[in-house]
Amino acid sequence: MYTASDLRKGLKIEVDGVPYEVVEFNFVKPGKGQAMYKCRLKNLITRTTIDRTFREVDKIDKPNLEERVVQYSYFDGHHYVFTDPRTYEEVPLDEETLGTARYFLSEDVEVRLLLHNGRVIALEFVKPFVEKQVVETEPGVRGDTATNVMKPARIDGGYELKVPLFIDQGDWIKIDTRTGEYVERVSRG
Amino acid sequence: MNVGLPFPLCPAPEHRLTIRARTKAAVRQFFIERNFLEVDTPILVRTPALELHIDAIQAEAGWLRTSPEFHMKRLLAAGWPRIMQLGPCFRRGEWGRWHNPEFTMLEWYRAHAGLEDVVQDVINLLPYVAQAGVGQTACNWEGRRIDLCAEPLRWTVSQAFQALAGWDPVQEFDPDRFDRDLVERVEPAMPKDRVVVLSEFPAACAAFARISPSNPKVAERCEVYVGGIELANLYAELTDVEEYRRRWQSWASDRKRRGRPVYPPDEDFLRDVLQMPPAAGGALGFDRLVMLLIGGPDLDCALPFRERLDP
Repeated sequence: MYTASDLRKGLKIEVDGVPYEVVEFNFVKPGKGQAMYKCRLKNLITRTTIDRTFREVDKIDKPNLEERVVQYSYFDGHHYVFTDPRTYEEVPLDEETLGTARYFLSEDVEVRLLLHNGRVIALEFVKPFVEKQVVETEPGVRGDTATNVMKPARIDGGYELKVPLFIDQGDWIKIDTRTGEYVERVSRG
Repeated sequence: MNVGLPFPLCPAPEHRLTIRARTKAAVRQFFIERNFLEVDTPILVRTPALELHIDAIQAEAGWLRTSPEFHMKRLLAAGWPRIMQLGPCFRRGEWGRWHNPEFTMLEWYRAHAGLEDVVQDVINLLPYVAQAGVGQTACNWEGRRIDLCAEPLRWTVSQAFQALAGWDPVQEFDPDRFDRDLVERVEPAMPKDRVVVLSEFPAACAAFARISPSNPKVAERCEVYVGGIELANLYAELTDVEEYRRRWQSWASDRKRRGRPVYPPDEDFLRDVLQMPPAAGGALGFDRLVMLLIGGPDLDCALPFRERLDP
């Protein structure tokens, strides 16, 4: 349990069974009244925010959160199976949990999972940038490295994103897994 | 002075100190013009005034004052009719955008005066010091222009809560609900373009104000808000020593129940209150006033230094 005086930006708390992160925090005390803490809370599952005011006497639940770094192993046809490198325990995750992250997986890539009561609610790549090969795009326009015009491209695995005009089929590109966006062309092979 | 021109938002740090100094000088001048005497009362006190939700900071043999009010009321009792003080006060654990554990309080008292007299003091003071501090009788705060000369909006607590929170704390008081609705529903809905005077607080929130002779359910207490920020607290002063003791007893037992320190009653004050004339007084957060005039988002702009203490 936390008390209201533990509240600060970045603290993770639980309200009505839902894990939240405190994203804004303001000490308020109306004249002659009790101290209160006006907070904006980000729901760690849906990413939406709510406003909540806590009184000094309020007890606040601590969420049962666990962070775990796992390595991607293989796809079994239904699940993306990860392995905990310390215990060799297998952690299967479905397509819905992974979202677009599933397109950026490669063997042994490390992913940090955030679990709430044992359920994965967020994940991020330990190294946020991945390199992928473009399997389909319009032929590249040589020399055009200055303009910001983008065109669609598809990478190995089916993920579609926008790339600059000079990118050719077969090129390797760097992608930011946090945004899913193109970063730069990389020379490879 | 650039009268009529809007002052730039949040001026550079060197200008902020100038604004603070000018505003302070103007506060003193305002009260001198009205025949007030500036007084200095102890900052290090034997026992701080006991209030329900205010904690004092201990200082070796005594305490740092949370307010100068008891000593100033003793000066009223000694026969000084108009007194003011501008000086530091200390409250434990109060740290936030609009709170600092050490702050500068403007406190003033008028003997043989009523609550409306000190409300008028605030209404007259604000444009006076703004003109001196920032060269205009308005301030720009959170993107809005607050006209300090405009007729203030008057709300009673009953009106405000019935309209904005759906209940009347004067008829039936609930302390938790009152504090929460005040900060979540009433204060955010206040007009931000002019001064708001919130009056007729429930008797349970009287603090050191007297109960209205015409309505025992309300206290003769007002809060003045500027830009939705609580700036000044005003009382028709309680002078009944038995009532003081009753309130002390009720707050002491409430504090004891919540594990908060209980400061002994100030017997010197209680002795002198018997001589105190009917009076009205006000307390205004000077640092907040400077913040509003500067137009900065928090007290950082009004204070050259802020010392963060461990709780």
